Amino acid sequence: MELQAVLMAAGGGSRMTDLTYNTPKAMLPVGNKPLMWYPLNLLEKVGFEEVIVITTKEVQKAMSTDLKIKDVKMKLDVVSIQEDGDMGTADALRHIQPKIKTDILVLSCDLITDVALHEVVDLFRAHNATMAMLMSKAHEFTETVPGQKGKKKTAEQRDFVGVDKSGKRLLFMANEADLEDGLSIRKSIMRKHPRMLIKTGLVDAHLYCLKKAVVDFLTENKSISSIRGELVPYLVRKQFSKTVNSQKLKDDTDDQTQEKNDGPLLISSRDEPLLQLAQERSCWNDHRGDMSEAYHGGKLRCYVHIMDQGLCCRVNTLAAYIEVNRLAPKLFEEPSVHPSADISERCQMGSDSIIGAVCHIADKTSIKRSTIGNFTTVKEKVKVTNSIIMHGVTIEEGCNIQGSVICSNAVIGRGADLKYCLVGNGQHIEPEGKS
Amino acid sequence: MLSLIVSEGKDLTKEEKQRLRKEKKQQKKIKEKKDDKASQENEKEKKPVTSAAPASQPPTQPTPTKTKAELKAERRARQEAERASKQTKKGETGQQAATSKPKAPPSDLQPVVKRLPEHIQVDNPDVLKKLAKKLERQQIPLRSDYGYKVSLFSHLHQYSRKAPLTQQLSIPSTVIHPAIVRLGLQYSHGIVAGSNARSVALLHAFKQVIRDYTTPQNEELSRDLVNKLKPYISFLNQCRPLSASMGNAIKYIKKEISNIPSNCKEDEAKNKLLNCIESYINEKIILAGVAIAKCAIEKQKISDGDVILVYGCSSLVNHILCKAFEKNRKFRVIVVDSRPRLEGKEALRRLVQKGISCTYVLISAVSYILPEVSKVFLGAHALLANGYVMSRVGTSQIALVAKAFNVPVLVCCETYKFCDRVQTDSFVSNELDDPDDLIVTRKGTTPLEGWENESSLGLLNLVYDVTPPDFVDLVITELGMIPCTSVPVVLRVKNVDQ
Repeated sequence: MELQAVLMAAGGGSRMTDLTYNTPKAMLPVGNKPLMWYPLNLLEKVGFEEVIVITTKEVQKAMSTDLKIKDVKMKLDVVSIQEDGDMGTADALRHIQPKIKTDILVLSCDLITDVALHEVVDLFRAHNATMAMLMSKAHEFTETVPGQKGKKKTAEQRDFVGVDKSGKRLLFMANEADLEDGLSIRKSIMRKHPRMLIKTGLVDAHLYCLKKAVVDFLTENKSISSIRGELVPYLVRKQFSKTVNSQKLKDDTDDQTQEKNDGPLLISSRDEPLLQLAQERSCWNDHRGDMSEAYHGGKLRCYVHIMDQGLCCRVNTLAAYIEVNRLAPKLFEEPSVHPSADISERCQMGSDSIIGAVCHIADKTSIKRSTIGNFTTVKEKVKVTNSIIMHGVTIEEGCNIQGSVICSNAVIGRGADLKYCLVGNGQHIEPEGKS
Repeated sequence: MLSLIVSEGKDLTKEEKQRLRKEKKQQKKIKEKKDDKASQENEKEKKPVTSAAPASQPPTQPTPTKTKAELKAERRARQEAERASKQTKKGETGQQAATSKPKAPPSDLQPVVKRLPEHIQVDNPDVLKKLAKKLERQQIPLRSDYGYKVSLFSHLHQYSRKAPLTQQLSIPSTVIHPAIVRLGLQYSHGIVAGSNARSVALLHAFKQVIRDYTTPQNEELSRDLVNKLKPYISFLNQCRPLSASMGNAIKYIKKEISNIPSNCKEDEAKNKLLNCIESYINEKIILAGVAIAKCAIEKQKISDGDVILVYGCSSLVNHILCKAFEKNRKFRVIVVDSRPRLEGKEALRRLVQKGISCTYVLISAVSYILPEVSKVFLGAHALLANGYVMSRVGTSQIALVAKAFNVPVLVCCETYKFCDRVQTDSFVSNELDDPDDLIVTRKGTTPLEGWENESSLGLLNLVYDVTPPDFVDLVITELGMIPCTSVPVVLRVKNVDQ
């Protein structure tokens, strides 16, 4: 077997607490499908047959009842962990280490993308890389986010990503938060790769192909708890560290302990001399102009595939959630109106709206650019524009809802006028309420 | 091969023979009229089975209609017999002798059925259909050709690197072993390039396949493993056409596998195979390299004060030069390079790293630099049975110019690269690389940028060419120094040994 897929679905959605108050992030409806269905669908389309899903007990329960997830034909091996939130993504990997037999593909449940996965995996295979990841050019969110008054918040902590001339080899990665006094780049990197492009406007898709040796390394180094925050920068830095390249420094005790820690990372395969021979005899080099061999003799290599077209979105903020609800349905050729929905004839429905299952839409309603979840009831003379309405919502007559997000099981009273609001789970809005 | 043809001839009755003779005379007359056109089309449009005429003739000529069906049936029966007798033959490197000569000599009256290998019949839709069916059966995706092909080479495949074969494969590849997928990717990206490197990498991947292999119930390892390897080889062929050295390595492995006795336990058999692969690499590649270097240095082929010209990056030639430098011979090297691969830069790096003083020129400057040169060392991709040397495109030019300047040309080649194919020109069997490699951006402009939209523009990126034996003075192999024309002797000796 070549790759095992691991889906991380235990995240809490700390940046959109209003939405995740009652529903776990992995089960938030996007285009009337649970959020975690999208990465599962991506894996299924590409040909995976089994996925290890790491999640909480709550999500596990919700998964077993959800229809869409039952539709997924792959075998889902669900591993549940504690909900206390102390477990980072790397800790979760350490937890499932006994199940891991080959290289892994780690995905986050909040990734919605239509990337051609073979691009990332080909980099991993062809260059025998230790890690290959996916990044995408960030797009500005254009929709107004309910609940955010005034100007946009200050830019979040930026990521500085350095790639080489070809745009594939990852040379440098740091978050603004870690760079207190400026960006410093080691001389060894500059000597090997004199041309480096540093990009800041990239979104990390949290999709990583990791060698099995990395998981073994994690079991020995228990201090690493997050893949994105600690493991990836560590691996990127390790590409150019001296102990990786030269094996002569065995005198120093410091180096010895470091070597012991790195041991699993540099595990050589059984036929290493043959691979070496093939590489020696091959007339290929990944760089020109200096005296060193291919890859500068380094055994640890990290690659990145940067998508510039297509959809790649991580749903971890409210703005992203709204944006994705708009874009995600376009990925699939599904009818926008669920067959079991009951829509009366005098309802005006725009073409980019989605109506979920078992809905009742009464007369004289107008629904434009909105998503309406399953089991919702919309009474007469209601105008819904640019909004997201989740499951089980009741909207009484005469309401006017614009640019809002209404969570599950809420009830909107008659004549309410909501503009750019976020209505929580199970809330009741009084009749004639205005906002 | 010849003996088979003679025995087939005896199957024909006298009437058949007379009929054939008459037809031949008719066609010869018509042929003389259409001489020019036919001579070009002969090279490409030979259809062995589907042509109605018995002797191989260009299909543009009229054929007798009466005996067509009978002759076809007869030919088919003969071919079944032929196929049954050729059990171990496999591989896309055409093993038939004389694949390129369409006109059978007039004295040869038996209808000779010449089967062309599939990879040089890409412009024949029947062959393509057959290939598609075969790949479908083996569950391997078909790689589609890219771009406009220059008419002289339209019978060869031309693929684009931007459309890798893995696009159509499932990601945790189940049909094809992951080691083979990785190898195929490395071939198509050019990460593993060079005849020796490709063979070593192939054998390494096969070792992994053998390690992960388990014999299914009711099957014998000797037969099942060979069948398992067939789709892998097709896959690798789709990624990049197999080289002659790879073909020989595959033949060797298949022979070893089928020679495993049926009472052998699986672990033992696997160990035996792994050891066979190790010893093959050791003998044929590593030790052969050492022996060739020793031969070249001791027999004073590299002497003090020499100026040696090398072309491109041949692992064997680099090895020889490095060893000679270690033995303190005083010489300098001129590295000749050519676009688009610019492999000479890698050769230059390796030589300079050792400390050898080098000069670097492009192939357009070869005639200017040759007066300085005392010897030319060339590497080979394969040595053909008629003494021709198949090597990187540009080698024949270097050999030609060297001959004009009376500079000795020495070709270094291990014996496992000898193949019993015969070729006299570089057109029939070659490889077309990605045409987009020829596009270069200088000072911000890319002149060839929209080349696909120009209907009359074709980009040609050839990989190999063929050098006649008159230009080669000596071939250095691990068996010693032989003239180019002794290659068939070596092949015969090898076949007798096996």
